[in-house]
Amino acid sequence: MSQRIVIDPVTRIEGHAKISIYLDDTGEVSDARFHVVEFRGFEKFCEGRPLGEMAGITARVCGICPVSHLLASAKTGDDIFAVSIPPAAEKLRRLMNLGQIVQSHALSFFHLSSPDLLLGYDSDPAQRNIFGLIARHPDLARSGIRLRQFGQEVIELLGGRKIHPAWAVPGGVREPLTQQNRDYLRSRLPEAFDTTQRALDFFKRYADAHSEEVEHFGNFPTLFMSLVSKDGGRWEHYDGWLRITDSEGNVLVDGFDPRNYAQILGEAVEPWSYLKSPYYKPLGYPGGAYRVGPLARLNVCSSIGTPQADAELTEFRQRGNARGVVTSSFMYHYARLVEILAALERITLLLDDPDILSTRVRASGGINKLHGVGVSEAPRGTLFHDYEVDDRGMIRRVNLIIATGQNNIAMNRTVKQIAQHWIHGATAGVPEGLLNRIEAGIRAFDPCLSCSTHAIGQMPMIVTLVGSDGAVLAEVKRE
Amino acid sequence: MPRTLTINGQEISARSDQTILEAAQDANIRIPTLCHLDGLTDVGACRMCLVEVAGASKLLPACTTRVQEGMQVQTDTERLRAYRRQIIELLFAERNHICAVCVANGHCELQNAGIAVGMDHVRYDYLFPKLGVDLSHERFGMDHNRCILCTRCVRACDQLEGAHTIDVMGRGAHSLIVHDMNVPWGEATTCTSCGKCVMACPTGALFKQGSTVAEMVHDAEKLAFLKAARERKVWNV
Repeated sequence: MSQRIVIDPVTRIEGHAKISIYLDDTGEVSDARFHVVEFRGFEKFCEGRPLGEMAGITARVCGICPVSHLLASAKTGDDIFAVSIPPAAEKLRRLMNLGQIVQSHALSFFHLSSPDLLLGYDSDPAQRNIFGLIARHPDLARSGIRLRQFGQEVIELLGGRKIHPAWAVPGGVREPLTQQNRDYLRSRLPEAFDTTQRALDFFKRYADAHSEEVEHFGNFPTLFMSLVSKDGGRWEHYDGWLRITDSEGNVLVDGFDPRNYAQILGEAVEPWSYLKSPYYKPLGYPGGAYRVGPLARLNVCSSIGTPQADAELTEFRQRGNARGVVTSSFMYHYARLVEILAALERITLLLDDPDILSTRVRASGGINKLHGVGVSEAPRGTLFHDYEVDDRGMIRRVNLIIATGQNNIAMNRTVKQIAQHWIHGATAGVPEGLLNRIEAGIRAFDPCLSCSTHAIGQMPMIVTLVGSDGAVLAEVKRE
Repeated sequence: MPRTLTINGQEISARSDQTILEAAQDANIRIPTLCHLDGLTDVGACRMCLVEVAGASKLLPACTTRVQEGMQVQTDTERLRAYRRQIIELLFAERNHICAVCVANGHCELQNAGIAVGMDHVRYDYLFPKLGVDLSHERFGMDHNRCILCTRCVRACDQLEGAHTIDVMGRGAHSLIVHDMNVPWGEATTCTSCGKCVMACPTGALFKQGSTVAEMVHDAEKLAFLKAARERKVWNV
């Protein structure tokens, strides 16, 4: 008799989801699906709001990465104003986005995923969390929490608060950086570098010792997409051109203005999830599946552009295929740590830039275009905001393409790959530790389902085991 | 002829033409208000300033009740606090007040009143009315979702600017602020674009175009200053 295993809710991710694993008569995995069960509606209820409010409203999509929405929305506003913002405003926005990358990646690695890595997938679920980590590895837990705190402080000292700062606005930013705050952030950098380096050393040793996870946690060819700098195709997080590469390192799209995203990206809808599945149009659905986020950014960029991160990038690519492309989703963790390092180096450069204290930070403008697109790299990948307004600046249509959504196809494949590798002859159910491996496969992507179901919701997680007759055989649920 | 009365047991004197609210303000006794604004006539619309007067069979609005000799007034009883919280909850339930993304967040009299009355939740069902935003004016916008119908804008436009562009249409909870004969604000020919209505607004209902979240700071005190300057030739600079 065939079965279905349900993991519900999937834990230690941002949002609510469940996983269904379908078993055939012999208890082998025939299919697996990652369902996102929340529904939110931002694209609808933003209609009829004034443009000026959009950065504040869309930032509320997420409490983890509000800065990403804030910046993408402000950039959309810049586009509609048709202004170029003061140079200091761009540098300050970049500084805040880097702070956001540090805090979000530190949260993903230390708070959410390191309990699996340090305590073990099969360890007691009641202890397999940040509190268990604090009990067993207090120094690492503390330094991880402090690293995240540093990222949050960058955001707070610029925007006045850690979460949902209404600071970036169409035309620039509302407040400059004070010298006192610049000096404080500088003083926090050495510790942040040290924590990041120790985490990198730990992860490299872990990856070398756990080749089974590297091999089977979402290891398959897909396309990769991210922004790269307009000059030199370097690692980019705020502005630039879109580049799409494949798993052999071939460049399919380059120098592409991200405002024209709709020409190359389509969005498929599946009836079993509120999460849309974007794909690269020329290769169709699901063949045009691509991954975004830290792994994609490191695969796509020509270089990072700062010395320590570039040295780590070289080593990262040595762990990839013959063409230097890293295709295992498990290596998202690694990429995240390299990106924290890159962010810290860039924060150092920005804090040393005399322009960073300029008080000329906001351009004024009116409604000069009726359609605008703003694109930036959120911690989880490329984020698109696309608004149409009327001639008074009233929002008429909103389209948001969120990083996590773009990884949807890859996340589904990852769940299936892990289930097929670790679950065999499961006629009598599956041990919890194996189901946790499947959840961990999703965690590697650090999905933010609150964001990605911006379309209209809530994310604890569920794994369901389903038999070939459709009967639910087992269900793991966490509230 | 001055009048002597007690407020919360405290004996105070007041001019015979003063209201209980004015007498209390002179004596540094705070009575909560929303539709009252220094410089405008009072209409007793919001009922936040209701007080208990000994011998009166019902609660009386402090802003429109004149002092009387020997009056005994209570401004802060358990009954009044319960009613005030109820009033604020009903205002929140009646329209779509989303502080987190409002232009007036942190500078809003309704929000401050909610905090002052200890409103930790609203016990009534929200009505979620579908109301519009008027961005037709060159400089200002009106969001009916955030309007509490205090009519401070109506009175500022009429009594201070003398334009009387703004008025109220409809009845009860379905009332709406309108410009001229219910035309888009930008088409109201009587509007002088002076902005006094925006200064007078206690919430984010009236705002400067382009305002972003928490950026709209009203300047209601300027209206009392204007009135004093105009009528009494007093300039407090």
